[in-house]
Amino acid sequence: MESTEQTRSISGSMQSPRSPSSLPYLSVSVTDPVKLGNGVQAYISYRVITKTNLPEYQGPEKIVIRRYSDFVWLRDRLFEKYKGIFIPPLPEKSAVEKFRFSAEFIEMRRAALDIFVNRIALHPEVQQSEDLRTFLQADEETMDRFRFQETGIFKKPADLMQMFRDVQSKVSDAVLGKEKPVEETTAAYEKLKHYIYELENHLAEAQKHAYRLVKRHRELGQSLLDFGKAVKLLGACEGEPTGKAFSDLGTKSELLSIKLQKEAQQVLMNFEEPLKDYVRYVQSIKATIAERGTAFKQHCELAETTKLKEINLDKLMLTRSDKVGEAEIEYREIKAESEVATRRFERIVTRMEEEIVRFQEQKTEEMGVAFHQFAKGQARLANSIADAWRSLLPKLEASSAVQI
Amino acid sequence: MMGSENDQESKEKMKSLFLREESDPFTRSDQSNSNYRSAMSTLSDSRHPSIVVTPANSDPLFAPQSRSKPNGGSNRDSSSSSYLEPPSYADVIFSPFDDNSEINGSDDGGGSSRHSQSSDSLSRSPSSLTSDYIKITVSSPQKEQESTNSMIPGGNTYVTYQITTRTNLSEYNGSEFSVRRRFRDVVTLADRLAESYRGFCIPPRPDKSVVESQVMQKQEFVEQRRVALEKYLRRLGSHPVIRKSDELKVFLQAQGKLPLATSTDVASRMLDGAVKLPRQLFGDASSSSVEVVQPARGGGRDFLRLFKELRQSVSNDWGGVKPAVVEEDKEFLEKKEKMYDLEQQIINASQQAESLVKAQQDMGETMGELGLAFIKLTKFENEEAVFNSQRVRANDMKNLATSAVKASRFYRELNSQTVKHLDTLHDYLGLMMAVQGAFADRSSALLTVQTLLSEISSLEGRAEKLEAASAKVFGGDKSRIKKIEELKETIKVTKDSKNVAIREYEQIKENNWCEVERLDRERRADFLNMMKGFVVSQVGYAEKIANVWTKVAEETSQYNRESS
Repeated sequence: MESTEQTRSISGSMQSPRSPSSLPYLSVSVTDPVKLGNGVQAYISYRVITKTNLPEYQGPEKIVIRRYSDFVWLRDRLFEKYKGIFIPPLPEKSAVEKFRFSAEFIEMRRAALDIFVNRIALHPEVQQSEDLRTFLQADEETMDRFRFQETGIFKKPADLMQMFRDVQSKVSDAVLGKEKPVEETTAAYEKLKHYIYELENHLAEAQKHAYRLVKRHRELGQSLLDFGKAVKLLGACEGEPTGKAFSDLGTKSELLSIKLQKEAQQVLMNFEEPLKDYVRYVQSIKATIAERGTAFKQHCELAETTKLKEINLDKLMLTRSDKVGEAEIEYREIKAESEVATRRFERIVTRMEEEIVRFQEQKTEEMGVAFHQFAKGQARLANSIADAWRSLLPKLEASSAVQI
Repeated sequence: MMGSENDQESKEKMKSLFLREESDPFTRSDQSNSNYRSAMSTLSDSRHPSIVVTPANSDPLFAPQSRSKPNGGSNRDSSSSSYLEPPSYADVIFSPFDDNSEINGSDDGGGSSRHSQSSDSLSRSPSSLTSDYIKITVSSPQKEQESTNSMIPGGNTYVTYQITTRTNLSEYNGSEFSVRRRFRDVVTLADRLAESYRGFCIPPRPDKSVVESQVMQKQEFVEQRRVALEKYLRRLGSHPVIRKSDELKVFLQAQGKLPLATSTDVASRMLDGAVKLPRQLFGDASSSSVEVVQPARGGGRDFLRLFKELRQSVSNDWGGVKPAVVEEDKEFLEKKEKMYDLEQQIINASQQAESLVKAQQDMGETMGELGLAFIKLTKFENEEAVFNSQRVRANDMKNLATSAVKASRFYRELNSQTVKHLDTLHDYLGLMMAVQGAFADRSSALLTVQTLLSEISSLEGRAEKLEAASAKVFGGDKSRIKKIEELKETIKVTKDSKNVAIREYEQIKENNWCEVERLDRERRADFLNMMKGFVVSQVGYAEKIANVWTKVAEETSQYNRESS
């Protein structure tokens, strides 16, 4: 993937490692899926190969073994730390298919994970993340430990604080009699939210039909196979020259059946999967929108509380109460918190603005590629169908001549 | 990927040559084949692009209305190294949905009117190279009422159909005429033909469909029946012997009430069914599976003989699963088995053809739905666009969507062609039944002969006994002598009948043989034509679809990321 605004940052995996070493690069690939474990506990492990010349990394090349839940860990961390940024989505957890672990499923997952990591490595801000470095370099035991911490019952302190604050704000809402949640109401942001929600619906529909189209390819392939067989049997009953003609027809049918199955797979990987990815991306944006909403609410509430504290402080100062000192400390604390919240919110807003531009451009590029490949695949399929059938015609013609 | 234009002239010629059955009610079913064959031979001769061919029957009314695309897209580098580029079938097959049509172009050209060409699929063989023709159309069903003695108020209603014939056969007086007939008349016709043409492969008539007529909507049922009647009559018309029969002539020409004897001979019908009962009981798989209520087979068989035949067939059957008729002709038995195998394979192939059609249909539908989903997306992005990248994407989507919708239409058109061609398989199922009927005629004629033979031998046995007994009485036994004389008379009559029956049996054997020969020939030709038609339309539409997608690939070529 190439994006144009990368001049100020590290170039991505497309850059050849053999380019002048003065240019910083970080290139990652997810390869070599291997099924480990048995039965219910079976999982896939992947080889993650990192090639880089960045000083923060432990060397030019590093290979680690990772599993799907490690990727989940990485994404959760990044989502927490980089609010406002559209963290690339992961392929679905899929508890059911996991049991079957078909070759197709494994390959699609590997490809999706590869794209995931590469997008992160290409992102100007997120690529600097320490968690990314951990993910790419830590040995398996360390990784296991990190992962266990996240998914364990013991949440980190920051999470506990957040939960506390949520409860607090809900309580204060109830006390202050606020029914409606506080929301941003700028026209541009409203438009964006509306756009994202509508977009998800449209994309989901397109993806649904794309998936069905894959199935149709398979079904057509199967029916051509069955038809070919039946026609060959019929040919065996008939005398010449019809018998041979049927046999040729059947053979071609069977051949085309194979081509259809192949194309089905191509459509799945190069067209349906990108559409699914697009949907996931939009869902991830929705999550970011939710984060922004939370941050906005906090910012508003803290600003309001600060104001109240200020008013209270002024009152106390006027009456020269001895509670002034206490109140002043409280006021400063709240004010600091409020500023933090406001900064956090504003950073999200700024990030989102950049991200939207990036997202639209990235998607235009990715969809363009997907469409191009789809069209080429369909053209290729249609042409080979035409060629196969066309080659039969002289033979049929010859058979007719014999007949007459 | 772009096609060159050096075949332009020959393409234009071939366009007008190509058999255009879907919207052409004036195409004679016989001549259509010769057109088709000349078209095909021209196509294969197109190595010499300077051939100019004027078709015998080109009708300017049916020349294609849209200009074909200059790039045939068929110019493959692949196998055609030794001769010039093969013709583009995409241009040969006329489609109302080629290039310039809008997404919302009209749909009426796509669906083919099957009823007018359903039986054209039987167009075929060399015998129709002559200019004889007979063309039958069934139309305008009408409700009519039985006017006589109905106790029920409102009376019995029934449906009549208009049957129009166009012919130049000398047996018919006139070249175009029309009558109104009801379904009951068709049953009568079928019954009379079965009697007169024993041993022939007579196409089976449409079912009475008692259940369906109750269950289906009246209109739907009437339309279904109209189609079936037309198919049936056209088949009769294409049978070289039956088309000239009195029965058919009278059916097609005689105005007013149909002047054929109706099948009121219920008893003989019942007995026909009874004759088959032993076979059914003993599970004779090779006996014909025709419905029990069959028209009386064989002319002039009396009640008594029928009973005897029943007895005979039972005695033949008794002792286990034996063929009801002692057929010794090995060749015939082999042929019968071959026919049975063939029938099974045709059934199988016909079923798979149906699945194929369904799969093509589904593909077309889903492609269309995909296209529509992207059209909606395009509209949406354009309306909401804030960035230029969105507009670019919307444009890309539009290209994809347009092509998907076009491809979808091509799939559907291809499918209606496929249905038309592969329907031949289905048609032949009916004809296989006709063959079974012909074989059954032979078997029942043989049964008649055997019955008579056994009767003669038993009569002669009785006569012998009586003579022996009478010889013992001195001076002659008047009553016995009288009986002997009567017996001898009966034996003589029976022997005459036997001779007639043998002659009839031989005749039927001969008919069988001719018919089966003819049918084999015709079937092979029909199947070859079916395959050709199927393959040509597959090629043509695959090319069109390839063109459509190639266009999109070009429009999105800036996204080509393949490292080669």
